[in-house]
Amino acid sequence: MTARRGAERYVLAIDQGTTSTRCILFDRRATVVAVARAEHPQSYPRPGWVEHDAARIWRDTRKLIRRALQSAGIGDDQVAAIGIANQRETAVVWDRATGVPVAPAIVWQDTRTSAQVADLDATLFRDRTGLPPATYFSALKVKWLLDDVPGLRARAERGEVLFGTMDSWLIWNLTGGKEHLTDVTNASRTMLMDLATLRWDAELLEVCTIPPAMLPAIRSSSEVFGTAVEVLPGVPIAAAIGDQQAALFGQTCFAPGDAKCTYGTGGFLLMNTGSTPVRSAHGLLTTVGYRIGAEPVAYALEGSIAIAGSLVQWVRDGLGLIGTASEIETLAATVTDNGGCYIVPAFSGLFAPHWRSEARGVIVGLTSYITKGHLARAVLEATAWQTREVVDAMNADSGLALTGLDVDGGMTADNLLMQIVADVLEVPVVRPMVAETVSLGAAYAAGLAVGYWSDQQDLRNNRHRAGRWLPGADAARRAAEYRKWQRAVDCAVLFSSEDQGQE
Amino acid sequence: MIQSIERSSAVLRLLAAGPDRLRVKEIADALGLPKSTAHSILRTLEHVGFAEQDPRTARYRLGRGLTELGKAGLDVNELRSRALDWADTLAARSVESVRIGALQSGSARVVHHVFRPDDTTQSMDNGLIIPAHATSLGKVLLAYDAPAADAVARAGLDAYTRRTVTNRRALAGSLGEIRAQGWGGAVEEWEMGRAGIAAPLRTFGGLVVGAIGIYGPVERICDSRQRPRPALVELVCATAQSISRDLTGPRS
Repeated sequence: MTARRGAERYVLAIDQGTTSTRCILFDRRATVVAVARAEHPQSYPRPGWVEHDAARIWRDTRKLIRRALQSAGIGDDQVAAIGIANQRETAVVWDRATGVPVAPAIVWQDTRTSAQVADLDATLFRDRTGLPPATYFSALKVKWLLDDVPGLRARAERGEVLFGTMDSWLIWNLTGGKEHLTDVTNASRTMLMDLATLRWDAELLEVCTIPPAMLPAIRSSSEVFGTAVEVLPGVPIAAAIGDQQAALFGQTCFAPGDAKCTYGTGGFLLMNTGSTPVRSAHGLLTTVGYRIGAEPVAYALEGSIAIAGSLVQWVRDGLGLIGTASEIETLAATVTDNGGCYIVPAFSGLFAPHWRSEARGVIVGLTSYITKGHLARAVLEATAWQTREVVDAMNADSGLALTGLDVDGGMTADNLLMQIVADVLEVPVVRPMVAETVSLGAAYAAGLAVGYWSDQQDLRNNRHRAGRWLPGADAARRAAEYRKWQRAVDCAVLFSSEDQGQE
Repeated sequence: MIQSIERSSAVLRLLAAGPDRLRVKEIADALGLPKSTAHSILRTLEHVGFAEQDPRTARYRLGRGLTELGKAGLDVNELRSRALDWADTLAARSVESVRIGALQSGSARVVHHVFRPDDTTQSMDNGLIIPAHATSLGKVLLAYDAPAADAVARAGLDAYTRRTVTNRRALAGSLGEIRAQGWGGAVEEWEMGRAGIAAPLRTFGGLVVGAIGIYGPVERICDSRQRPRPALVELVCATAQSISRDLTGPRS
């Protein structure tokens, strides 16, 4: 055995994401002690289809857990608990007896069920689950498997096959097939859970023709789900939580009004709204933020920014204006403002709060004065204004006023973007010291359940600011620019509706 | 003469001359080289940014690195993005604030700042110009850039404290010492009561593109003899080496 790091104990976080799985060990001060990571293949068998090999993901997870412990030089008995954060909505159905998936996992991005969305009663689903019917959520993916795989529905009714999101799949495998469980955040993304009772809804199950026998039991996000039999025998599995909710928890957004935004190819903004669900009048999703054991559940509003980093990638790969994504900041810094130019990146429609799927992107305000520097600035501003629109919708829905935004994700390296976000939102923007907020959230939830950390204040004490951007003073100018952005958004809608009118 | 450099320059001339992008075989045939040799040269040129391969056609052309040969070879924002996690870790381990600096038109500029991990109110130094001859970050940058060091010395070495190095010869000596030991310290040379430790960030071939360092109260940064604490020096140097390894690794 390698030299062991004393007798200190650690929490192991598994972040089972869309493109990769990561295992990270944290110590009591929430510093990263070891990281092991592996990518898994994305399978696109037909247009709009996206699949994962769940068995491969479990094999990866086994290997990564061992590798993380090895790289930290610690023994199995030094792992105090395992916490799981996972890609949400992705559906796996497997054979209860053999543990073999009956079909590839259908990933959240998969749109094969789009024709069935219109058949669902939008009001019913929205009232009951907080979600508008969409291909995104698990329910229709499960239904599709039951309809498509011969004999599957009958087997599901007999309880021979099980459904789960990735958290359930990993818990089931870690416990050697003993526990079939999920947490309330993951369950809230299936489109099958009643947001008020936090139970599976019989009526929705019937509408989606999903047999209750195949469903996991719903638990809180932070409690002992079972004891590992595989890989780390004897170690408690003490948390499961959807990845965006894990980031909210890892950012210690524990008070109503606390919000975080993860900036990657897109952006995910979640605001803690406290113990009663806030129904959105602006097309935001109402979801469960987290639940610690038997404590009251914390609900959240969620809004996504469809195009953030992917707009920068388009400037790099589509236009060739920059060589690397980071150079967008260098280019944008060659000018002091956008020169009157706005880019609305409605590449696949406008998301919350507009929900205009027919809209397409526009660049407006062009004059001969505009250089590529102005375009680069408009690119960064587009991410900031989209954030502002989601925040405004959240403030209006929740009656809370955002007082600061906690940020994470790759784009937080862009200093100018973070400053623009602070200016545009007119609140401070804070980057925490631990970049791995998803894993940290899972570790925190697991550590709380087993007493590794004593309470939420204990977690807050670990949190340190790595950077903070304060809003600039010129509110009048911001207001004028916001109006221009809103007119640019109108242009994006107008342009494509004209197009449709002529068909 | 070094043969591989001669061959590489021939490959670059071919890439520059042709109106179209070239295949590995076309380059090998033109120079009378085995295909494997041509391929190795092209891979290396691509690694340093002097050649680019079209992912669809597998053909090569000149890289963007050549069009901006005069620049340090690494965009400062790219530098920040690649160093971000390492800088956070340095701040967490040293419990001090961390800054990354780069030379921009002769002055040392802060391009990244991580707060000290305590709950005090701190403001971002990003974009701040700091005196190159009076700070550890600045002196490390000057140590590996002779023209910049000359220009700074000629412009006059302002005294900020009684410990600021204001003599050109003394500065040159101090920069030589930094090159010899691989890191630099500055104790109360800019602000009284404050000290810093910094080390160079290197890319391909050892080219220095920036410096990373910690900065804080003398009593925390230095030992009782006002010398930078060895444990902190080791931490800064190890971080600089990790970032440098990352910078010369494959681009993601």
